[in-house]
Amino acid sequence: MEIYLPIAEMPVDMFLILGMGMAVGFISGMFGIGGGFLLTPLLIFVGIPAAVAVATQGPQIAASSMTGSLAYWRRRAIDFKLAYVLLAGGLVGTVLGVLFFNQMRRVGQLDTVITLSYVVLMGTVGTLVTWESARAAWRKNDKNAANRIAGRHRWFEGLPLKMRFNRAGLYVSAIPLVGVAMLIGFAGAVLGIGGGFILVPALIYIFRVPANIVVGTSLFQILFTMIAATIFHSATNQSVDLFLALLLMVGGVFGAQFGARAGANLRGEYFRLMLGLLILIVAVRFATDVFTPPREPFSATQTETGR
Amino acid sequence: MIARLPAFAVAWLLTLLVTLPAQAQSIVATLSTENVPILSNFTGERIALFGVIEPGNAVRPKDGYDIVITVRGPRGAVTVRRKEKWGLMWLNLDARRYIAIPAFISILSNRPLNRIAQAEVRDDLRIGVDALIPPQAASRAANDPVFRDAMQRIRRQQGLFLEGDDKVRFITPLVFRADIDLPGAVPLGPYDVEVALFSDGALAARSNLKFTVSKDAVEQWVAEAAHRSPILYGAATSLIALLIGWLASVIFRRD
Repeated sequence: MEIYLPIAEMPVDMFLILGMGMAVGFISGMFGIGGGFLLTPLLIFVGIPAAVAVATQGPQIAASSMTGSLAYWRRRAIDFKLAYVLLAGGLVGTVLGVLFFNQMRRVGQLDTVITLSYVVLMGTVGTLVTWESARAAWRKNDKNAANRIAGRHRWFEGLPLKMRFNRAGLYVSAIPLVGVAMLIGFAGAVLGIGGGFILVPALIYIFRVPANIVVGTSLFQILFTMIAATIFHSATNQSVDLFLALLLMVGGVFGAQFGARAGANLRGEYFRLMLGLLILIVAVRFATDVFTPPREPFSATQTETGR
Repeated sequence: MIARLPAFAVAWLLTLLVTLPAQAQSIVATLSTENVPILSNFTGERIALFGVIEPGNAVRPKDGYDIVITVRGPRGAVTVRRKEKWGLMWLNLDARRYIAIPAFISILSNRPLNRIAQAEVRDDLRIGVDALIPPQAASRAANDPVFRDAMQRIRRQQGLFLEGDDKVRFITPLVFRADIDLPGAVPLGPYDVEVALFSDGALAARSNLKFTVSKDAVEQWVAEAAHRSPILYGAATSLIALLIGWLASVIFRRD
């Protein structure tokens, strides 16, 4: 059944979009990530203009992280103080990201920027996560290895503005936390991603936050960054499509429920290994776009409509 | 464009001179609708065009009249980009900008255009997809026909440039009908329909019609809200998202 999208100004198959929302929701519930990094490319692939696809991720990710946050909140698995510090950085990054997004759209390089950023960002994160978790799975019986990593001093531990996060069991300077969150907020607004797939590994590997606290805190942080992104995108480029968002949300929240159940039975290393491989697959998909000769080298975009 | 205008005027005058002494031929045409609303289940629309030829007392053409219908959507600027090799990567490096390109073109006729009139005549009268596309706007590079061809090719693939040389059907020698098919992704705005009557390879009469494609109530309301009060729209969208997220957690709550 086809439905006409008022902002994208095109008809789409309702069940296709619902199905996509559900599939991505499943993965999102399983890994505690927004899933925007999968959904944005899928939407662009079915012909939704890149600007609309990116801007409409905001409400969709907000809905799924709302469900997730509530579940983790009930389990007391959110470190609110940590989330607020991350949020401060995230909001600044989001504003900068939307401004950059609008500028690139004006210059006409938005598609290239999105594609290249996906390749670089996801290639790096995917490789790191896959490599780390494969190594961890390989020597999970070697207790000494874990101790060595935990005892190592890191460069940011000397920074000022130290804060204590009780639930996360963390005593660390706020500067690197805000910095990472800012970067993710920026990437989120430009690429239509919540940033969970960067934030989760960053908190685990760099800051050594326990895995059970990471997912809830990350979801809570993402919830508010995405509300901000939705409002900023709406206010500056009017590309948020309400109908598209509704379809994605409904599909997404259903999928997320089943995903969360599937995720509960997964072991830590394998969980991370799968997440890493998933990210790598998307990166490779985008890389083939950039590194192989295109079948149709030309593209035509209506840049303005004169009446 | 500048070179074309005098030629166009001359052709028009010639037509007038040839047809005026006798009582002029003319066409009366009408569309089945003048407003195409886009509802949420919109997947395209078919508009019927009916027309009658008033032959006057001009000489009848020996192999019958020909009709060419040109449907033109709202005009806008189009940027055509070409991916080129840059190191190992293929990036959009070269671009040409065209202004006043109709967002939708459909040429309907009763037989192939090249059998209806000579190429020069069609160019002067601006009949045919190619003749309707003005040359590129001022840009940093020379006019490159490759870009122009690419735009036509892409728009044809998208179903936005159409040609149907069997779409006009004569019901009687002087009465014809045609179906104007609009695709689901049809651009919004005002459309011009020009019906041109050809007699022995020359233009005999023209008639102009209009219709509008616009969003229907709900879609229009959403789109307008997004533009008129964008911050409120964003806030409302966020609120709906939170509500759906909360609802889902209530429905699926297990603990």
